[in-house]
Amino acid sequence: MAKTRSLRWSLPALLLAGQAHATEIQFNMTPGVTDISQQVYNLHMTIFWICCAIGLVVFTAMFVSIILHRKSRGVTPATFHESTKVEIIWTAIPVLILILMAIPATRVLIAMEDTSDSDVTVLVTGSQWRWHYEYLDYDIDFFSILATPRGQIEGRLPKGQNYLLEVDRPLVIPTGKKIRFLMTSDDVIHSWWVPAFAIKKDTNPGFINEAWTRVNEPGIYRGQCAELCGMDHGFMPIVVIAKEPDDFAEWVEQEEARIAAIREEEQRLLALRMNLDEQMELGERVYLAHCAACHQPNGTGLPPMFPALKDNHVTTQDRAEHIRVMVDGRPGTSMASFARQLSLRELTSVITYTRNAWGNDTGDVVQAVEVYEYMQSKGE
Amino acid sequence: MSTVTTADHHDAHHDHKPTGIKRWLFTTNHKDIGSLYLLFALAMFFLGGAMAMVIRLELFQPGMQFVEPQFFNQMTTMHGLIMVFGAVMPAFTGLANWMIPMMIGAPDMALPRMNNWSFWILPFAFLILIISMFLPGGGPDFGWTFYAPLSTTYSNDSTALFVFAIHIMGISSIMGAINVIVTIVNMRAPGMTWMKLPLFVWTWLITAFLLIMVMPVLAGLVTMVLTDKYFATSFFDAAGGGDPVLFQHIFWFFGHPEVYIMILPAFGIISAIVPTFARKKLFGYASMVYATASIAILSFLVWAHHMFTTGMPVYATLFFMYTTMLIAVPTGVKVFNWVATMWRGAMTFEVPMMFALAFIVLFTIGGLSGVMLAIAPVDFQYHDTYFVVAHFHYVLVSGAVFSLVAAAYYWLPKWTGHMYDEKLGQLHFWCSVISVNLLFFPMHFVGLAGMPRRIPDYALQFADFNAFISVGGFLFGLSQLIFVWVLVKCIRGGEKAPAKPWEGAEGLEWEVPSPAPYHTFDTPPQVK
Amino acid sequence: MNAKHSTLIGKLSLLVVAMFAFGYALVPLYDVFCEITGINGKTASEPVSAEAAIVDTSREITIEFIARPNQQMPWIFKPEVRRMRVHPGEIHVMNYLAENPTGQAIVGQAVPSVSPGQAALFFHKIECFCFTQQYLAGGNDMLMPLQFYVDPALPSQFSTITLSYTLYDVTSQWQPGQQNDSAKEFGE
Repeated sequence: MAKTRSLRWSLPALLLAGQAHATEIQFNMTPGVTDISQQVYNLHMTIFWICCAIGLVVFTAMFVSIILHRKSRGVTPATFHESTKVEIIWTAIPVLILILMAIPATRVLIAMEDTSDSDVTVLVTGSQWRWHYEYLDYDIDFFSILATPRGQIEGRLPKGQNYLLEVDRPLVIPTGKKIRFLMTSDDVIHSWWVPAFAIKKDTNPGFINEAWTRVNEPGIYRGQCAELCGMDHGFMPIVVIAKEPDDFAEWVEQEEARIAAIREEEQRLLALRMNLDEQMELGERVYLAHCAACHQPNGTGLPPMFPALKDNHVTTQDRAEHIRVMVDGRPGTSMASFARQLSLRELTSVITYTRNAWGNDTGDVVQAVEVYEYMQSKGE
Repeated sequence: MSTVTTADHHDAHHDHKPTGIKRWLFTTNHKDIGSLYLLFALAMFFLGGAMAMVIRLELFQPGMQFVEPQFFNQMTTMHGLIMVFGAVMPAFTGLANWMIPMMIGAPDMALPRMNNWSFWILPFAFLILIISMFLPGGGPDFGWTFYAPLSTTYSNDSTALFVFAIHIMGISSIMGAINVIVTIVNMRAPGMTWMKLPLFVWTWLITAFLLIMVMPVLAGLVTMVLTDKYFATSFFDAAGGGDPVLFQHIFWFFGHPEVYIMILPAFGIISAIVPTFARKKLFGYASMVYATASIAILSFLVWAHHMFTTGMPVYATLFFMYTTMLIAVPTGVKVFNWVATMWRGAMTFEVPMMFALAFIVLFTIGGLSGVMLAIAPVDFQYHDTYFVVAHFHYVLVSGAVFSLVAAAYYWLPKWTGHMYDEKLGQLHFWCSVISVNLLFFPMHFVGLAGMPRRIPDYALQFADFNAFISVGGFLFGLSQLIFVWVLVKCIRGGEKAPAKPWEGAEGLEWEVPSPAPYHTFDTPPQVK
Repeated sequence: MNAKHSTLIGKLSLLVVAMFAFGYALVPLYDVFCEITGINGKTASEPVSAEAAIVDTSREITIEFIARPNQQMPWIFKPEVRRMRVHPGEIHVMNYLAENPTGQAIVGQAVPSVSPGQAALFFHKIECFCFTQQYLAGGNDMLMPLQFYVDPALPSQFSTITLSYTLYDVTSQWQPGQQNDSAKEFGE
């Protein structure tokens, strides 16, 4: 997949990355950027050429026969219809070819099964339809969601170069280190696939899977969910940025500081009052990123699976219930708890937004403290 | 292979069938039921095809243009279900009904009334499935493989209808399979020994056993899905001690033999057509039978090659990789035998032969990509991409479907008493064979380049290929309208067909007049 | 229908029924198969007796603890430590913190999974909160213990074992009989 060497891409640059210009057409599998992916590619090419050779032999025999042994040339058909010798030969030769294929295949598979210690461990959790990354060695965890604006998907805006392959927060890993991925899922089965690493592993709810990589070159590597996981299966890309170890250390510092700042801000927010405009602006952004896939940008939903929020009793009247659903989710449905996924500020704004958008016009301005109090009060 | 000494030509005397709708509703005649199956399959082929056209229309350009993602998923799901259970399987059953009694010299299928039932419940199964699409929330949208928990906890209520429909389809298939086995085992004409059976009969016998072995497993699986969703069991729910990966093991234990159910009878058809038009006996008859049987047995030992990415231990991965590769051996034997049959024959190239030749080439391509997919470490890159889509469409469309079309052209004179229009048939062939490759060949590239399957929208680097594929798809769809034209023309009239319209054809079905009388072989023929 | 047909139909029908049953038999078969081969990193669902295994002091294994409440499970659920270095054969206790911040009582079920899968065969649990459903009243918290040891027979290529628990809300399926006795001992 498309890969750019630039390391200095920050979040806005990722979002705005290049307006659509022709990308070159790729016919073959990527050799990737790891030793394993290179081995996989070589194996793929070996098997491919062997298959081509077999095809060539079979089709040559067939077409020679079609050209020479046709009735219009006045031939009389031969009468042979069996030959044990020939049949044994063409059973034995394929067996030999298969053994020839199995040897390198086994070797590559064994090479993939390296259980030695890793330098960085990332817990990858799939959920409908976003990825969550948690660094077990650092105090870092975040969701990674599609960053392509809906306008591009719906054709109202020109499509960017990385259309559907861009996320708000990419996974960042150091180069030259062994990275171990632990994979699991919160709902259905997803599959975490980055072609450049030759990693594709299913994330099974309740269970963990493991994969590892050691990336040789810094760069941005893109992939997608590879297992049908519901409506927006096509819209949960993966972006991994591999940085030199020093740059990675710097990123870890910044990221830890960023996450700590959010927590601090939450405390500060409780005292603060946000106005409607401010909340509507942030709320809309959060809504489009996290809610619009199911509840639709115009709040009409896709009943009965995803109820309309426009003119809904909960979003227009029952404010406490609204907060409750956002914080706790609705068990047994796709409505997850957003308490951990969104910051308090985002949570508050998106509630305010839904209560005022698309003619809901309740005029309600929910404050962070209200949501926070509910979260706390649940214990009492 | 066999000759008739006491041909039976007095069928016309008792050719008293009811007329109108009642004839078709209450018929127990294998030829009528065969025709019903074939027409039903054709209708389903166009319905499933129409859904494929919706898919290709949406994928023509990047961006969401025509349908919603959820509807797109319903289209891919229904396309798969309809093509597998509604088009390919019933079409083969239709051929079995029509041809097996005539090929083995039996007057009818062994269980004619059950035969009627097994057909007539089928339309209801599909009616239920299609109705579910119009209910609030839409129809099944979890792929034809309906992996749990997407099909359990996270599906809508159409799942109940889906399960019910699958049950009916399963019952229909099982009844059909029992009928085929009993007919072949008990009703062969005197002298029709096992090793004289036409290969189509042999492959169907083995297919019928596969059906009996795996359709109940599918029935069990959908029942588990139903109880998981509605009755609080947790076969596939980790919270209750279940395991979603178990679903995939059971599904593919059914699913892999299922793909052979869709291809073994095709092998039988090709083994009938190639010798006919090469005017030379089938090479290696016995090894063909053994190869078919070994493919069937191996098919129970390879299921987990669909699941390499689920996280299996290395030795399990290796086991399933090796067994899968092994399947290439008997399959290869078949292809070599066909080529050897052609070798030094005296070939002519009527439409059935053209489709059979295209089958051999394109099925081999699909088989070779299958070998590539068997290699576990590279399968991690191929799995769930368009490379897989290309692979199974090569074996199922230019494989199974082409063999069905070849069979239709081959036996149409026997069924209708008229020769089909050769020129139109050739047009149909060339349009189909070109467009099917425009449609499916680029899918290999786009899959290798990294496009996952079952996505309604894609990144820009896949755009050119997809536009191309869509055009191929539309052309292939249109080409099949020529087939309908040929069929209608042939049923309504045309050059009178002799009892044996193909010079090199062998077998009992060519000993009876064309069209085959309503009742054939009331007195069993004596096969020498 | 003649007798020849009936016998054959009988046999085939029996095969159909047997295969339907086999479909269901695959469920326990799979569990057995998993426990033998370690597919999916499933660990035994029953405690093992705490046999005094010989402690292999020549090597250390890193045990990684992952604890995740499922999306719809409102509990806070954490391991006391994230990593532990152990000698194979040593018996260790690891505590998990569970907190129910909601107003209602919730019953949780933890589902274990070990990676790499083959290592699951060598990870023995003497006592585990995952063997039973866990009841926690609203606003309360508790420590949930896990007592385990790593089999000294663990092949040498494994140096890290990851134990993951996913915690599910199973309040609707609660069987009050099997309450969390083990957790009580360690108190709240």
